[in-house]
Amino acid sequence: MAPALCVNCKTERALIKRPKNHAKLCKVCFIAIFEDEVHHTITSSQLFQPGEKVAIGASGGKDSTVLASVLKTLNERHEYGLDLVLLSIDEGIKGYRDDSLETVKRNAVQYDMPLTVVGYDELYGWTMDQVVETIGKKGNCTYCGVFRRQALDRGAKMLGIKHVVTGHNADDVAETVLMNLLRGDLARLSRSTSIVTGDDRSEVKRSKPLKYSYEKEIVLYAHHKKLDYFSTECIYSPEAFRGSARSLIKQLERVRPTAILDIVRSGEDMARLVPGESPSSCACKGNKTSPMVPAEDDIGGCGSQNGRTSGNEMAAMDKQLRENEAHEGLEVDVAMVMSESKNNGVKKHKEVPIRSGNGTSKSAPRQVRGNCSRCGYMSSQEICQACMLLEGLNKNRAQIQI
Amino acid sequence: MSSATDSGEIPITVDFSGGLEMLFDNQRRHSVSLPAVGTGGQPANIAFLIQHLCKNFMKDPRAELFVLDNHIRPGILVLINDADWELEGEEAYEIQPHDNILFVSTLHGG
Repeated sequence: MAPALCVNCKTERALIKRPKNHAKLCKVCFIAIFEDEVHHTITSSQLFQPGEKVAIGASGGKDSTVLASVLKTLNERHEYGLDLVLLSIDEGIKGYRDDSLETVKRNAVQYDMPLTVVGYDELYGWTMDQVVETIGKKGNCTYCGVFRRQALDRGAKMLGIKHVVTGHNADDVAETVLMNLLRGDLARLSRSTSIVTGDDRSEVKRSKPLKYSYEKEIVLYAHHKKLDYFSTECIYSPEAFRGSARSLIKQLERVRPTAILDIVRSGEDMARLVPGESPSSCACKGNKTSPMVPAEDDIGGCGSQNGRTSGNEMAAMDKQLRENEAHEGLEVDVAMVMSESKNNGVKKHKEVPIRSGNGTSKSAPRQVRGNCSRCGYMSSQEICQACMLLEGLNKNRAQIQI
Repeated sequence: MSSATDSGEIPITVDFSGGLEMLFDNQRRHSVSLPAVGTGGQPANIAFLIQHLCKNFMKDPRAELFVLDNHIRPGILVLINDADWELEGEEAYEIQPHDNILFVSTLHGG
């Protein structure tokens, strides 16, 4: 097979075949185009303000390492004026996080960014090792996920930072869209497609600058730029449902690579149909605002994607948490009927008209938001999810001690 | 396209990354002498290399993390001399002496 030439520069040998449009690119053009596209996402969604201090949620893995590298490059090239720092979470899992934290420490030097590590032990009084010792392996992903969502926010608050960016990529978003579709959870589906989550009330906003970047291209970017990243699998891994969604997406990509971005776009389009949900999309499609949604339901997942065992107990825990969420704001009709039939004491749902979907209306309140009465963290309920889980854990610990 | 068949083996290097090294003795780079002729009598190609690696180099029982239904698991990228194997004919690419084949997983987290 004669080597193909790059369709962009038409001189160098093509090394990359882009999943989104099958374009064949050489290394230099690929790196430039990948960066340009992230820049386009950032500017069209108006993600950043000049002078803003931004924390990069850094795990040492491919996504957050590429995010840090690209943001540093773009910040210098396009003079965003951002003050970038690395923020890492130590879940307290021996033999898992240690090596990746070493990678983050090297990244901090390579990218000349200050690094802060916050641990579950200091935030919650529990390491994940201790949680697993108490509740067993099954269902632990739920604890870890709930804790992690808050941990990044709390770490940012400690640093006086109001914006955390994460390395979630197009494959992650597609996976979450698919999972919520399969659960029939359109409200969550809608929120998961949003590029920015969190609002003025939540103190810390979250965004996903790599939302439209293929995982494949992120890995190739890291490879061709020789970035220093670490791949690992959580030793407590199985999150079976996400694993299945991930496998399905990768199989679809093999047959039809555009499927991943198509699922992301379908998710955004469905989000527009969900009452009160304000989907974010590229400003070049006519949506000039940068709408924000509550961060609580941000994409979960922890990189444990192989799904080797069944996750029934984890699913049950997930379900329980969800049922505990008061459906005070908008939900899709099906969810309303179901929650009303299950929970007698739930407050009345507000009637909100379905929007015409022309993209001009402002985001309607969907959940009544307040703060957790225990920890003060943003929560739509009296007690936030993390405190609920901690209560259970602490009871268990007390019992064990007695 | 048969420069190495005289010796009967093709010397190549095979790299694993993105977590795949775990399946191959935690070693990133392997020097491999690949039989020049595959099982069906045809020149050794990527499909044959994958079989060869599974049989002779994999130190982990979880072969399904590398190969599913006799093909490379979706989500694992294959680079032939740094080029996406999709540009080179994928499994049918005939291995040349001193090729570098990289298997990099996109499936593992950080």
